[in-house]
Amino acid sequence: MRLQALTLALLAASPGLAEDKPVLTVYAGDYVTSEWGPGPKIEEGFEAFCNCDLKFVTGDVLPRILMEGEGTEADIVFGLNTDVTARARASGLFAPHGQDTSDMSLPIEWTDEIFLPYNWGETAFIYDETRLENPPASFAELLDAPDDLKIVIQDPRASISGLALLLWVKEVYGDQAPEAWAKLAPKVLTVTKGWSESYGMFTDGEADMVLSYTTSPAYHIAAEEDLTKKAAIFPEGHYFMTELAAQLRTTDQPELAQAFMDWILTPDFQKVIPLANWSMPAKLPQADWPQVMRDLPRPEKTLFYTEDEAEALRQPALDEWLRAFSQ
Amino acid sequence: MAAGIFAIRRDWGGGAVAAALAALILGTLAAVAWQARGLSGLGPWDWRAVWFTLWQAMLSASLSALLAIPVARALARRRFPGRALLVTLLGAPFILPVIVAIMGLISVFGRNGVLNDAFRAFGLPEITIYGWQGVILAHVFFNLPLSVRLILQGWQSIPSERFRLAASLDFAPADIARHLERPMLRAVLPGVWLAVFLVCLTSFAVALTLGGGPRATTVELAIYQAFRFDFDLGRAAMLGLIQIALCLAAMSLARWIAIPAAFGAGLDQPDQLTGPRGWRRITDTLAITLAAVFLLWPMLAVTMRGLPRIPALPADVWDAALRSVVMALISAALAITLSLVLALSVARSKSRLIEAAGMLPLVASPLVLGTGLFILLRGTLAPQSLALPVTIAINAIMALPFGLRALIPAARDLRADYGRLADSLDMQGLARLRLLTLPRLARPIGFAGGLAAALAMGDLGVITLFPSDQPTLPLKLYQLMNSYRMADASACAVLLMAISFALFWLFDRGGRLA
Repeated sequence: MRLQALTLALLAASPGLAEDKPVLTVYAGDYVTSEWGPGPKIEEGFEAFCNCDLKFVTGDVLPRILMEGEGTEADIVFGLNTDVTARARASGLFAPHGQDTSDMSLPIEWTDEIFLPYNWGETAFIYDETRLENPPASFAELLDAPDDLKIVIQDPRASISGLALLLWVKEVYGDQAPEAWAKLAPKVLTVTKGWSESYGMFTDGEADMVLSYTTSPAYHIAAEEDLTKKAAIFPEGHYFMTELAAQLRTTDQPELAQAFMDWILTPDFQKVIPLANWSMPAKLPQADWPQVMRDLPRPEKTLFYTEDEAEALRQPALDEWLRAFSQ
Repeated sequence: MAAGIFAIRRDWGGGAVAAALAALILGTLAAVAWQARGLSGLGPWDWRAVWFTLWQAMLSASLSALLAIPVARALARRRFPGRALLVTLLGAPFILPVIVAIMGLISVFGRNGVLNDAFRAFGLPEITIYGWQGVILAHVFFNLPLSVRLILQGWQSIPSERFRLAASLDFAPADIARHLERPMLRAVLPGVWLAVFLVCLTSFAVALTLGGGPRATTVELAIYQAFRFDFDLGRAAMLGLIQIALCLAAMSLARWIAIPAAFGAGLDQPDQLTGPRGWRRITDTLAITLAAVFLLWPMLAVTMRGLPRIPALPADVWDAALRSVVMALISAALAITLSLVLALSVARSKSRLIEAAGMLPLVASPLVLGTGLFILLRGTLAPQSLALPVTIAINAIMALPFGLRALIPAARDLRADYGRLADSLDMQGLARLRLLTLPRLARPIGFAGGLAAALAMGDLGVITLFPSDQPTLPLKLYQLMNSYRMADASACAVLLMAISFALFWLFDRGGRLA
């Protein structure tokens, strides 16, 4: 009798059972859920109407999904990059998003039926105008700049922005990419594992320019009222980057998962992106963008490889890069 | 007969811990290979990474060990105010979280660093930290403290009676070197070299950030690439296997070179030696000063920059700090227990296998270990509930080799000097532990516990696959950096550094006072 009472008390104390709300499990990258990322606002926004409990699970999203296979608990993955969609698609674990992607606010056309963009930006080299008075005005000028102009980049084998640079150079220079890398290599102060180490070195004044995103100056303007950080806009074009969400085919909450996918492109969700994710919203009329995003200088040309092209170019482009830096 | 049974029973603990370690490290590797359905071959870039890894680890280890000798000797034979504090402080870089150390080194040796500012002011050419020289510099920065500590312990393990005897025989410094110091170094240096070599073998972030490009690719980075870029688990497992093979080769080499010194027991009388006079006083001062400047300046630079912003850190950074401290303390307790069991067992049985198992965590790739554990534990419990316990256990295991390097020699001396006496008194079990083992080994135990606590504190989490909604302090640091908040990140770095040092100091000091 007492044992029964104890069991009941334990059951009542356990919050998951007490609330009895369905749980939507979202696998996401680490930065998403930090209090400075978009996660908390997304969770709050969705829970306001879904009558459910949105649970972020952070970590290495895709490796984990691939290892878990069909047994995964995830209902949604959030924050995949275009570099991994080919492998993610090949796993057959994902279901179509069911959204109309014909009038997105993206600089490219989006026709993927599985992976849905929720933000975007482009690769760019950021500089501080008080330290670099004459920044290169084009990619060609950057390559021809004196070697004491120092830049920091990220390793394409460890970082998505590093891989984007690889594809950027490939798309601008094609077969001439090895020569371009040979010119760029002496200016590369160092190659870091991730974006944050590079960016920290740049803000510390170690490097004159850093490989980052066209949207990076927005943070400095909006959060620090610092107008000195600028993206060098190149007429050759900038490489497109986007972060994607997808729902699992094996979800045990198909209606909730679909509701989440339906919500991503609504203004309610998209308004969170610019100032929490420091990137452009995927579908939002420009009039609804924060002023700081509207004022950012835009490249005239956006470069992008399709998934298959990028996958085919990945290894050869990496070999070119490795050779240039091993001279 | 009865004694034999007791011996077997007493050795059971060490053997079991060693077997569990080997099973964990080789088992996780096997799990990764199994998931990949076999090992895959390596490309030319992988082999370049293997060669670079070997080359830089050998150079870093040799430099660290060589440079540590004059510093350790000076610290061993000189007494001056603040010496104890300096010895503790000089140990600090070894337990510095990698990201903080890199920040510090860059602010001193970087392009915009203090040193280059000075060079520019005097019209001298600038130096660059980016390249293989930066990798070596950082590795010496990290490992000189460890080398100095281990060699200093070697010096202190020579009973002061021997030095007094040498003085009464009117030994010149050269004679002391020949009869006392060189035999001690012969016994200690191979272990020191090996420890540093193994640490540098699995280096990842240092080589990547300061290496200046893919020429400085290490095996651990190649493993990371195999996981993240290619999702080629077979190649990751193959590289992990190579890393372990390199470790075992280096260990047998060091075993073959090392010859144990036999100084016998002393009476633990405080030594009141003044050390040789004359020019040696100047070189000793120089050695201590240079080491102090090299090791302390980068940390000072980080502190100066981050300290003012600490009060402005958001509240959940403090929550993360508290969580990390609790995890570090549990890790340290676990590490002390495991390393004590192993060290006593090694001292009793002279088992090379147990000693080798104790060193294995040093070369296990954290990435392979984490992924292997994930594969093995998948389906048993919710990964979320495993995140913190697994992190604590892995941190304790990762710290074992360092604790063992200090504990094994001390346990051997204890066995050689007091073992027979204790046996003849039939002092066994808890009584022996309380009256003999713990008091005699208090110093290395404190050192081992301090290292384990500090290393656990600074660890970013070897197990990124195990998700957690309870971030640790190093993870918060990265989240701040990833959200452009570099100034807050540098304040967080100071906090992380301060807590790591405080934990180490508490254990180490406790051990020395006991």
